Amino acid sequence: MKGKNFLYSQKVAPYVFVLPFILSFAFFWVYPLITAFTMSFQDIGAIKTDWVGFANYTKLLKDKVFMIAVANSTKYMFFTLVLLIPFPMLFAVLMDSNIVKAKGVWKAVLYMPALTSVVISGTLFRLMFSEYKTGQMNLITQAFGLGTYKWLKNGWSGMLALLVLACWRWTGVNMLYFISGLKSIDSSLYEAADIDGASPVQKFLYVTLPLLKPTTIYVLTISVYAGLSMFLESYMLWAGNSSPNNIGLTIVGYLYKRGIEKNDMGYACAVGVVLLIVALIINFAQLILNGTFKKEED
Amino acid sequence: MKKKLISSIMSVAMAASLLAGCGSASGTPESTGSSDGGNTEATESGEAAAEETPNSTFGDANGTHLEMWTFVELHGQHYQDMAEIWNEQNPDRTIEITCTTYPYGDMHTKLLTSLEAGTGAPDICDVEVGQFPNVVAGLDQWLVPLDDYAKDYMPTMVPARMQTYQGEDGHYYGAPYHVGAAAMYYNVAAMSEAMGLSQEDVIAKIDGVKTWSDYETLGKEYLTALGDDSKHFTSVDTGGTDWLWLAMAEYGDDWTGGFDNPANCKLESVSKMLKMQQGWLKDGFAEISPDGHVDCEAGFQNIMDRNIVSFPKALWYMSRFTNYMPEEKGNWYIAKCPVFEDGQKCSVGIGGTGTVVTQQSQNKELAAEFLCWAKMSDEGEQHIWDKLGFDVCNTAMWTKDSIAHDDNNQYNAFFINYPYDVLNDIGMDNIGKISVVKISPTINEYVCTTTLNQVLEDPDYSVDDSLQELQDAVDMEQ
Repeated sequence: MKGKNFLYSQKVAPYVFVLPFILSFAFFWVYPLITAFTMSFQDIGAIKTDWVGFANYTKLLKDKVFMIAVANSTKYMFFTLVLLIPFPMLFAVLMDSNIVKAKGVWKAVLYMPALTSVVISGTLFRLMFSEYKTGQMNLITQAFGLGTYKWLKNGWSGMLALLVLACWRWTGVNMLYFISGLKSIDSSLYEAADIDGASPVQKFLYVTLPLLKPTTIYVLTISVYAGLSMFLESYMLWAGNSSPNNIGLTIVGYLYKRGIEKNDMGYACAVGVVLLIVALIINFAQLILNGTFKKEED
Repeated sequence: MKKKLISSIMSVAMAASLLAGCGSASGTPESTGSSDGGNTEATESGEAAAEETPNSTFGDANGTHLEMWTFVELHGQHYQDMAEIWNEQNPDRTIEITCTTYPYGDMHTKLLTSLEAGTGAPDICDVEVGQFPNVVAGLDQWLVPLDDYAKDYMPTMVPARMQTYQGEDGHYYGAPYHVGAAAMYYNVAAMSEAMGLSQEDVIAKIDGVKTWSDYETLGKEYLTALGDDSKHFTSVDTGGTDWLWLAMAEYGDDWTGGFDNPANCKLESVSKMLKMQQGWLKDGFAEISPDGHVDCEAGFQNIMDRNIVSFPKALWYMSRFTNYMPEEKGNWYIAKCPVFEDGQKCSVGIGGTGTVVTQQSQNKELAAEFLCWAKMSDEGEQHIWDKLGFDVCNTAMWTKDSIAHDDNNQYNAFFINYPYDVLNDIGMDNIGKISVVKISPTINEYVCTTTLNQVLEDPDYSVDDSLQELQDAVDMEQ
């Protein structure tokens, strides 16, 4: 009977329900986080580990390559936000409207890239952006009589290649988030707007957009982190972690370079901690600005 | 009752989702050896092995069991064949090997983690030369010194190659596959067509090239005869350090400083090579290798399109010809690299994989003995050449007809001359060595990402300034 009481206890039950999450969160997130934090104050060698205080962080401040990585990741994050929120939202609204025919096909086509391995698609994009005259992009520029271009050797075109890859890959996923957000909007609101004589643009601006806000905030939050922590796309596009003048180096790429390629875990952890802090600051700022932490108004 | 049922189902569902979370961690992307000098050998084979984890057990099921990891499937096949011969020759000490092929990055990460943790490492493991400094950092606490097991083979092994896998304490910790001697590849067919000479005449001219200035003379003669501005005699790399390694070897320099000295990148040899290359770029003698170096898809295409007709590369590049450019068969000639001044070394060992035995092995002695035999003995070296196509490190094999002049061997058949004749011509004392130590990855990386792009993409950029920047970046790490 005691066991039954335990299960039916309103005080205990919530804890039982959240326990699996708490356990996995503690084991896979909190524990590594604390370890990474302590490791960032250490010099971890093959045989012995020394405490070095803030040495890793002071070195990080002087590290020009790290600054390049931060700048690249930030730029990439900014542009993915600019491209991967409005356009998928637009596509989702189109999919939800009566204008588009064969919606299933379009959804499948847009979503398909997300199912492809980045290893394969990254390699294909690398070949497409090859500086050699047979590369896809150079075939196009040559068709317009512009000659060949070293796509993956210049800052802006390298970023362009990364963004093309990101858009190709994530537009469909973000569109699905917005479609599910649209499904939850009550159709009676649109009917009411129709009766009031609202135009399609007004309906979008005054009904769809405000009611999509929770979805938009969610997409924004994950996109900020996804943008800052991007690594694999750049890694595949430049066939490794080294790009000319570090134009494709990201924060996580630098972390990987330090931690795995150079086996300097202490310094890599310092990079990781900085990434976490930057991501937290940006996300808290945007969540506060969006009013997510405000108490629900009645 | 209903409540209880629902709560139980939910608990199960949550537990399941918890466990599912364990398995869904995204895999570490396989590194395929970036374009830096020490890594190129791993590139293609690493990619091939990336998508799966083949695991095979071979040898005598009743023998001593050995665990082995590699990142190139073909390497595993080498050990399979060698294990069978070993078991025939040593019926009282038979072995069984389980060989697992991991993607390049995964394998090295796993190995380092298990060595650090003190458990879980295999008995025998391949380590790519660029990663070797990380692994050898643990010295004899992690790895078994191979000195005693290799001593019978040492007199004929190329010393520079053994030293590449030396630890700070002077012991040898890795067994090499190949020399990776740098040589010059020439497209004789293209040159004879353009210059209107017979292939023999072109080869005679190539054999006459001793110094870089001879090389320039020959190249200009070819380009003048060809009269096509879009073609070049050679290509210089922005994504690889081979040219610079060659220059250092010629002057006996080593920018890493080895184990004892700090790294110094402001070397006369490096500066000379870069300035020479800037001159080549300005007058159209050379172009920049598409996509940074010749060991990539665009590089192969560039070679096949005859945009360049000569380039220096290690002898293991032969397999790129047989695998990716089979139609070039019979067109290419391999020769010694030119030098700056007479009497200099004309080659350098590039790339490589050292195989180690870990201290965690239960059968260290047997594993080390088998490893050294499989990689350094006559049987082992013959097999490495036949199956893997590497220029083997045991110089005693270089003059054997079964290796050097066997026309059934695909590499012997592919090129105009016999690769081992070139190797003998170079001689083991003329193959220089650039150390692979802790600072090496930093130097290679900075050179490939920044220095080479600065001075070659803009041939007017000051080489001295660029090398000073490199030195500053390196100093930050040492």
